[in-house]
Amino acid sequence: MTAAILPLAPAPAPEPMVSVRGITKTYPGGVEALSGIDLDFPRGELTALLGPSGCGKTTLLKIIAGLLPATKGEVLVDGRKVSGPGPERAFVFQDFALLPWATVLRNVAFGLELRGVARSEREAIAERHVAEVGLKGFEKRYPHELSGGMRQRVGLARALAVNAEVLLMDEPFSAVDEQTRRKFQEDLLSLVANQRKTFLFVTHSIEEAVYVASRVVLLSRRPSRVSQVIAPDIARDMAPDRIRRHPAYLDAVESIWQGLKQYVD
Amino acid sequence: MTLFGRRIPMSASLLLWAALWEIVGRAHLTILIPPLTEVFARLAEIVPTEGFAESLALTARAYLLGSTIAIGVGVPLGALMGRVPLLDRLLLPWVNVFVSAPLSALVPVIMALFGFGETTIVLTVVLFAIWIIMLDSRAGTLHVSPSLDEMAKSYGATPLQAFLKIHLWAALPEILAGVRLGLIRAVKGVIIGQLLVSVVGFGHLFEIYSSNFLMQHMWALLLVLFALAFAIDAVFAWLERRFDYFAAARQ
Ligand SMILES: Nc1ncnc2c1ncn2[C@@H]1O[C@H](COP(=O)(O)OP(=O)(O)O)[C@@H](O)[C@H]1O
Ligand SMILES: [Mg+2]
Repeated sequence: MTAAILPLAPAPAPEPMVSVRGITKTYPGGVEALSGIDLDFPRGELTALLGPSGCGKTTLLKIIAGLLPATKGEVLVDGRKVSGPGPERAFVFQDFALLPWATVLRNVAFGLELRGVARSEREAIAERHVAEVGLKGFEKRYPHELSGGMRQRVGLARALAVNAEVLLMDEPFSAVDEQTRRKFQEDLLSLVANQRKTFLFVTHSIEEAVYVASRVVLLSRRPSRVSQVIAPDIARDMAPDRIRRHPAYLDAVESIWQGLKQYVD
Repeated sequence: MTLFGRRIPMSASLLLWAALWEIVGRAHLTILIPPLTEVFARLAEIVPTEGFAESLALTARAYLLGSTIAIGVGVPLGALMGRVPLLDRLLLPWVNVFVSAPLSALVPVIMALFGFGETTIVLTVVLFAIWIIMLDSRAGTLHVSPSLDEMAKSYGATPLQAFLKIHLWAALPEILAGVRLGLIRAVKGVIIGQLLVSVVGFGHLFEIYSSNFLMQHMWALLLVLFALAFAIDAVFAWLERRFDYFAAARQ
């Protein structure tokens, strides 16, 4: 069993949740970050965006989130063109972006608070998601009382609480220590299995991408294009340590490394 | 401070200066400095009087009114300056001029416009306090972490929601620092106002004491004022420390 290497611009699922069409981004200073990106993100799957640092992964994710305008091209979510943030997408930030003056519960409920959901209702919803990410009992704590890993769980719970169909995660575990990160990756897998949401996951770690994603999109160096899409053929219901030793996992890591090697000086 | 390997508390130096004051006073070097013990005796004597209570009430009223206006206008306006570049360009030059201008020279202008009443005194307090409050509030909202901003946007916050629920809160440490400095300047404002405009309140007392060379009274009143200013400062220093963890909201 080896990792399947798909041709450029693939369209595996019939109706992708998110489509990116000809996205180009040139920053005001003249930096060309993205150059004609075409991508489909299938429904209910986790797709990882992988590429050398500074290649434009964050830029692409923010364009999809509607936080940044593209210079050219369009983003379709569920078949509709979008031009700004929307309730069907939620962002998980690399630096967590929690309100330091608000409790865990209020932070998790913040998206709902902005939408005008009544306090008792939004807190009930938030409590469920706090428990879901394993932070039960920490509802009244403040972010500065939590470890980095716990903070990111709060960020994740906030994104889950607004019940968006698409979760955009920008290197969510990069500010978290290695052990916590592994636990996080395992939890993410069961989340993907249970939630039936579409995940777009930016990372610079090959192992992480292969471990959590059913599809790994490789971006080239700036100005970025899609250089490869790899679908590691791994059964996700295995025990974590078995996945990490599985030949398909190791093959996928190796073939991605071969693809990325050319961009490393 | 340590002396012979022992930690000496700050209050020790205060005691030293108090002792020096007492000695200078007892030596009758100058009529301007009466012994500290006599000043305290005088303090205990005048504080319970009705005239003092009246003056204190008058002064406190103008002070609180002026400070409230300065905070109520200065904080939102300054915080908005940090977020709205157009507003910032319009107002910042003026704020910068006024924050360091010799404001006492402007009091006669207010007087000419608003007469010799309480309004002028309250406005003098505002004039002294508001600029530093605006400047610090502006500095606070200017450096809100961009990722908090993006978070608000991505969850659909309107600009007003972002301002009220994020920017103002993220700027709280700077706002508190500004309010603390502003309230100290307001003390200056209310006394100068009362001295220059209409001799009422503490200004009136200062006037009586100094024209009659009642140095013990004068110093007693000054001690009261210093103590009040110190108390305000201490309360805000404590508040600022309580909000230390807000640092995470900055870049
Ligand atoms: N606001 C900006 N203005 C100008 N250039 C930027 C801006 N943001 C990012 N860039 C540049 O665009 C490129 C891609 O950045 P980014 O998307 O953050 O990369 P990645 O997330 O893959 O590390 C980088 O070279 C970066 O320097
Ligand atoms: Mg990035």
